[in-house]
Amino acid sequence: MVAQNFRHALFCAFITLIISYPILGLNLEARGVSITLTGAETQTYVGIALAVVIVFLFQLFRPAIMETLGQVKAINPMINREPMPQEKRVKFERFALILIVLGAMFWPFIASRGAVDLATLVLIYIILGLGLNVVVGLAGLLDLGYVAFYAVGAYTFGLLFQYYGFSFWMSLPIGALLAATFGFVLGFPVLRLRGDYLAIVTLGFGEIIRILLNNLTDLTNGPDGIGGIPDPTLFGMEFGRRVKIEGNTSFHEVFNIPYDSAHKVIFLYLITLILAVFTLLVIRRLIRMPVGRSWEALREDEIAARSLGLSRTAVKLSAFTIGAFFAGFAGTIFASKQGFISPESFVFLESAIVLAIVVLGGMGSQLGVILAAIAVTILPELAREFSEYRMLVFGAAMVLMMVWRPQGLLPMTRVHINLKKQEAGVTDHA
Amino acid sequence: MLVLENIHTHYGKIEALHGVSVEIKKGEIVSLIGANGAGKTTLLMTVCGDPQASSGRVLFQGEDITHKPTAQIMRSGIAIVPEGRRVFPGLTVEENLHMGGFFTSKQEVRRSQDHVFELFPRLKERRNQRAGTMSGGEQQMLAIGRALMTKPEMIILDEPSLGLAPLIIKQIFEIISSLRDEGITVFLVEQNAKQALKLADRGYVLETGRIRLEDSGANLLANEDVQKAYLGG
Ligand SMILES: Nc1ncnc2c1ncn2[C@@H]1O[C@H](COP(=O)(O)OP(=O)(O)O)[C@@H](O)[C@H]1O
Ligand SMILES: [Mg+2]
Repeated sequence: MVAQNFRHALFCAFITLIISYPILGLNLEARGVSITLTGAETQTYVGIALAVVIVFLFQLFRPAIMETLGQVKAINPMINREPMPQEKRVKFERFALILIVLGAMFWPFIASRGAVDLATLVLIYIILGLGLNVVVGLAGLLDLGYVAFYAVGAYTFGLLFQYYGFSFWMSLPIGALLAATFGFVLGFPVLRLRGDYLAIVTLGFGEIIRILLNNLTDLTNGPDGIGGIPDPTLFGMEFGRRVKIEGNTSFHEVFNIPYDSAHKVIFLYLITLILAVFTLLVIRRLIRMPVGRSWEALREDEIAARSLGLSRTAVKLSAFTIGAFFAGFAGTIFASKQGFISPESFVFLESAIVLAIVVLGGMGSQLGVILAAIAVTILPELAREFSEYRMLVFGAAMVLMMVWRPQGLLPMTRVHINLKKQEAGVTDHA
Repeated sequence: MLVLENIHTHYGKIEALHGVSVEIKKGEIVSLIGANGAGKTTLLMTVCGDPQASSGRVLFQGEDITHKPTAQIMRSGIAIVPEGRRVFPGLTVEENLHMGGFFTSKQEVRRSQDHVFELFPRLKERRNQRAGTMSGGEQQMLAIGRALMTKPEMIILDEPSLGLAPLIIKQIFEIISSLRDEGITVFLVEQNAKQALKLADRGYVLETGRIRLEDSGANLLANEDVQKAYLGG
């Protein structure tokens, strides 16, 4: 046992060495036309040696370390807690959501401009998370190409603006509907597949859209992207210093207040907030409706669901389409917020982040998704001091999270639909 | 009520049913017995349209349903209790039942639910329990109750006694026979040949994709070949 542990530890240390040494310990230097291989500084070698030793020791004492980690579980107050009774939980969730929304409404007036800007991004991720939650959390369809629909929404606005001068408000429903159409059309062939196969095909689809956007240079400007996308307006009032589009008025002039660039940021934030709340409410409603129950039934047991007359295609397609719709929504807002979009913004990492939000939030729980979206967006910002290692910190946080709370931050609570009791004795069943 | 005419069913290139003909009349209990792998489940699934028969016809109440989509067949008055129960484990008993009444009105759901609770008082006691945490027998009751929520003319049961204790099996069979009294036609598939044939008006014996024998339940029980092959001597 010990000998085996030792061998294993030695092996891991060796792997660490052969991976890290060529990457960190060797540098390619260009001198004129020739390239030479030089060693790194002593510091780096010490670092590599240290890493090898740490890996070795960790693997050697892994059972003991994992046991200690397991005990930390007991310290985590959330895990041994009695689960809240159903009704109390539903109430708690509703209360927490209202509190969050109220706080979010007044907060930008006291926060800094950068913080509000970041919060807008958080809200976009919340919309994305809530949308993907329908597909992955509720319907149980692993979609790794969700970013494609986000891109469709964003590019719809970008292109409609560039070619036809459409405004944000006109593009918002069009972008969402077009994304939903994409979801619907692509869902047809894809949804015959299950599990891993579905995941791979959606992954491919996400990439196809991105590559298409990249290569349809005539239409989309390719990698150069589309710029100058306008901000949302408030009843025809713009928030810039000068009015850009003919026929619009300017916010600070109408209200006769001095121009402040923060107005624009706060306004965009508030609009995103409203749209996020809208998304939340619509999906909340859908979950309680028969269509929501059919998503869950299909996830729980496909054969059983079909034996009750549910059509597999219709149920899956509805989840896929609705998920895509909200991604399109988020995409339009994103385009407006950034003012510039390019295929670079819609890489696989985005899909992965949104998926992480759903999983971290606890598959199916809306409050969980919101908390996870906040955590996942803010954490890398807080970890900025670690500069290039921030993704590492982020990854470590995710791993720890999964060790301590594998079921997610707030696992989903099921909504019970209580039919009103009816008087006993009425049982004239045919 | 349900007629299968010379059904052939394939899984890819492999033929699992080689020309099976079965008829079930209104108000009957018909049992289909056969060993593991004989094609019993395949036969039932062919009725449900997944997989569809590659040749032959399935008629339900005189209508050809051979090539109809599963969802449509399952809404036309046939209910199936699939092999291995397959309740929705994360949903409560009541929610499981409501899924059964997915395509009926709220009042109907309420009425059917009361009726199911009358048939299975046990389910009423556990109405708020998650189905996955119930015993096998209770889950089987729930699966039958859920199928009844669709208000079927005919109910198909695929090995309802599978993996249950003898006492529970007895209960389940009693319930099945009570379904007949309500005017529901029953098509019962079983490996538990003795019980199934005792209950049945008529029976079929399926062997490697072919019908070997067809007779009244009592006659099949008395049949020497059947006794040898399925009743342990
Ligand atoms: N999905 C499937 N794909 C391929 N072959 C199958 C499939 N399901 C069943 N079979 C084959 O069809 C035959 C009949 O199986 P089945 O209908 O499940 O038998 P039973 O229900 O009587 O035990 C078996 O030989 C089995 O291996
Ligand atoms: Mg079977």
